[in-house]
Amino acid sequence: MFRNKLEISLYRYNPEEDKFPYMKKYIIDKPERDIMVLDLLNLLKEEDQSISYRRSCREGVCGSDGMNINGKNGLACITPISEVIKRNKIELRPLPGLPVIRDLVVDMTEFYSQYEKIKPFLQNETTAPEQERLQSPEDRDKLDGLYECILCACCSTSCPSFWWNPDKFVGPAALLQAYRFLADSRDLKTQERLESLSDPFSVYRCHGIMNCVNVCPKGLNPNKAIGEIKSMLHKNKKDIIVSDGA
Amino acid sequence: MNNINTIEYDALIIGGGGSGMRASLELAKSGLKTAVVSKVFPTRSHTVSAQGGITCAIASADPNDDWRWHMYDTVKGADFIGDQDAIEYLCSEGPKAVFELEHMGLPFSRFENGRIYQRPFGGQSKDFGKGGQASRTCAAADRTGHALLHTLYQNNVKEGANFLNEWFAVDLVKNSKDEVTGVIAFSIENGEVAYLKAQATVLATGGAGRIYASTTNALINTGDGLAMALRAGYPAQDMEMWQFHPTGIYGAGSLVTEGCRGEGGYLINKDGERFMERYAPNVKDLAGRDVVARSMVLEILEGRGCGEKNDHIFLKLDHLGADVLNSKLPGICELSRTFAHVDPIYEPIPVVPTCHYMMGGTPTNISGQAYTRINNEDHLIPGLFSVGEAACVSVHGANRLGGNSLLDLVVFGRATGKHIQEELKSGGGVASATKGDIDSSLERLNKLNESNSGFDTADVKKELQECMQNYFGVFRRGEFMKQGLDQLKDLKVKVDNLHLIDKSDAFNTSRVEAIELQNLFDVAEATAISAYERNESRGAHARDDYPDRDDENWLCHTMFDPKSKLVSKREVNFNPSKVEAFPPIVRTY
Repeated sequence: MFRNKLEISLYRYNPEEDKFPYMKKYIIDKPERDIMVLDLLNLLKEEDQSISYRRSCREGVCGSDGMNINGKNGLACITPISEVIKRNKIELRPLPGLPVIRDLVVDMTEFYSQYEKIKPFLQNETTAPEQERLQSPEDRDKLDGLYECILCACCSTSCPSFWWNPDKFVGPAALLQAYRFLADSRDLKTQERLESLSDPFSVYRCHGIMNCVNVCPKGLNPNKAIGEIKSMLHKNKKDIIVSDGA
Repeated sequence: MNNINTIEYDALIIGGGGSGMRASLELAKSGLKTAVVSKVFPTRSHTVSAQGGITCAIASADPNDDWRWHMYDTVKGADFIGDQDAIEYLCSEGPKAVFELEHMGLPFSRFENGRIYQRPFGGQSKDFGKGGQASRTCAAADRTGHALLHTLYQNNVKEGANFLNEWFAVDLVKNSKDEVTGVIAFSIENGEVAYLKAQATVLATGGAGRIYASTTNALINTGDGLAMALRAGYPAQDMEMWQFHPTGIYGAGSLVTEGCRGEGGYLINKDGERFMERYAPNVKDLAGRDVVARSMVLEILEGRGCGEKNDHIFLKLDHLGADVLNSKLPGICELSRTFAHVDPIYEPIPVVPTCHYMMGGTPTNISGQAYTRINNEDHLIPGLFSVGEAACVSVHGANRLGGNSLLDLVVFGRATGKHIQEELKSGGGVASATKGDIDSSLERLNKLNESNSGFDTADVKKELQECMQNYFGVFRRGEFMKQGLDQLKDLKVKVDNLHLIDKSDAFNTSRVEAIELQNLFDVAEATAISAYERNESRGAHARDDYPDRDDENWLCHTMFDPKSKLVSKREVNFNPSKVEAFPPIVRTY
């Protein structure tokens, strides 16, 4: 490979044309300045309209363009190519573990249904005051590191436990949100939330592998949140039998 | 594609951002059969990028705050062509809408007393401009849009709202009575085309900042709904009014919230001078966005810009200290490190005025009902509604105040949802469309699908964006705009003859991008023609050749008619119901 060239190996699959997915090689002039992986994809798409991927905000807040970049999940729009080029090469694949619709676009239905399962909304059936419900800055601080999740799925799709049981293990992203509501002083359904998570799969399939922490593009720590849920479950004085044999 | 499915709804909301989801929340609770059609999963909508906050007189930072002061600021910020009945509604209903968001779970930052945190933003005053700077912008750190959008999505999930995610609406369907009866849309995932039939169709498709080469807007902000309305022959109001945000990151375009200046940051030129002291001696860096953006461009034009090319300005934040930056502006620190390679704790952020917000749009009343103009009179369009940035109510007039867009989304999203509910439950509705009506709305999609030669989407998009940037930017001049208009005429031919090479059905984003480009063009054309016609400088519309505001001739809205391509005038509303109208005064900060 010439030094001024860049090789991109791109996962391609169009269900209408391809029997199997394949890796396609693109060689381009190395951009003069450092650009993001998303910019690189946009350059390729200008040459080849048929390449498909999701993108929206292009600044790391909408969570559309999670993908596997040289073996690690991340957001294309905030990953500079300089950080990921290995031997003048970049390999781009869809997020692992979810069905591929086309090229880098995965079917996220399972991911979203786990999110919905944890009832990701504030539950407080008391009569709302005329103004806001009060919350101390200290209580509000407990939501930091939780509410910022952008649902990009980088964490859940890097988690072997989620690959294995995507239907039963809630996964790091949705568990982070489960804890976001458990931690909110305004939410009154703590007991019900804990009960719905107390089976052997929902939370306890997390084995602390920490891939979620390693890949989160927002620097969040789902593993810590899962730990908090586990200690809440223990404190809840429920006898939970962790079954490994299921 | 002649036998497409028809799916019937009571109400259809096009767009899953803040305004669309606020409307759908209202409708989901009502039991009407509703669907939100969103080209992206709803939390990917551009509302997510809003940072600094939602401006509203909830009287938290100042227990004596008054919505009438907020109204005064908004009227003045709008340079007096905002409709005062609508602004009154926005500011007086605002607190209710904000408290509702809090009850839904929005994680607002807090003051020590537990109330919602509010920060100062540009153009805010107490006591009708006489009481000094106000702190009226409610914030969730600098991620307020993210928090708001996710909260609305979560509550839509709670209420069981129905979403058609990754469906793309192509064109409105009209019946012979000129009523809107739904849209033609296709599933991006599998290419299925359907006629989504509805008694009420709400355009909540947001802005179209992508008509410019440099914009803070997401790649998806292509004005789809407004363009659909234009193609259906309905007018657009105040399309010359585009806000250039003072602080977009130089080179990347990403937004740096006005909250930075609210928290005490300020702009400096290459000499390190805090130049806003010269342009706005009273409030300095917290003048209206149009004023700050123009001052920055003047500094650059006069050779006092920063950097090797003297082509940008520095936003200085380091004096605020790491604690304030990490707690109040964490997202900005992140964006700045990623896109400007600068850590604001130590160094200033390079910024330039960047296209940010479309003040114009489909004209509506405060219930979101869209109207058209017949013989210079307003006529409601049965079946059609618009809300949020896509609409022009008009609360922002010639210049939107920071933090007013999020308030606009929730106040008018809510009002529109409520109105549709009442209208449909009392037997309102529209007649059916014929097969011929549906077929004519399919024409554009069919033409694209059958194209076997023509122009390249990416190339034409670049040409369009450059044209708008060069001729219709922060400063405008008649002779240059004329050149821009000529160029747009050439571009029209290209846009109408795009070549879609990839005809496949599964997640074909090139088909989406081609249609989006056509939408951008329609919005750009309306912008260009309206800008050329308004022979004065007001708010965001700054004419070199007409540097002054001209209330005698132009204290009015412009109305762009897409059929004749002509611009007419429409009177501004000066009839609020609870307060005296605010008469035009010279606008200084």
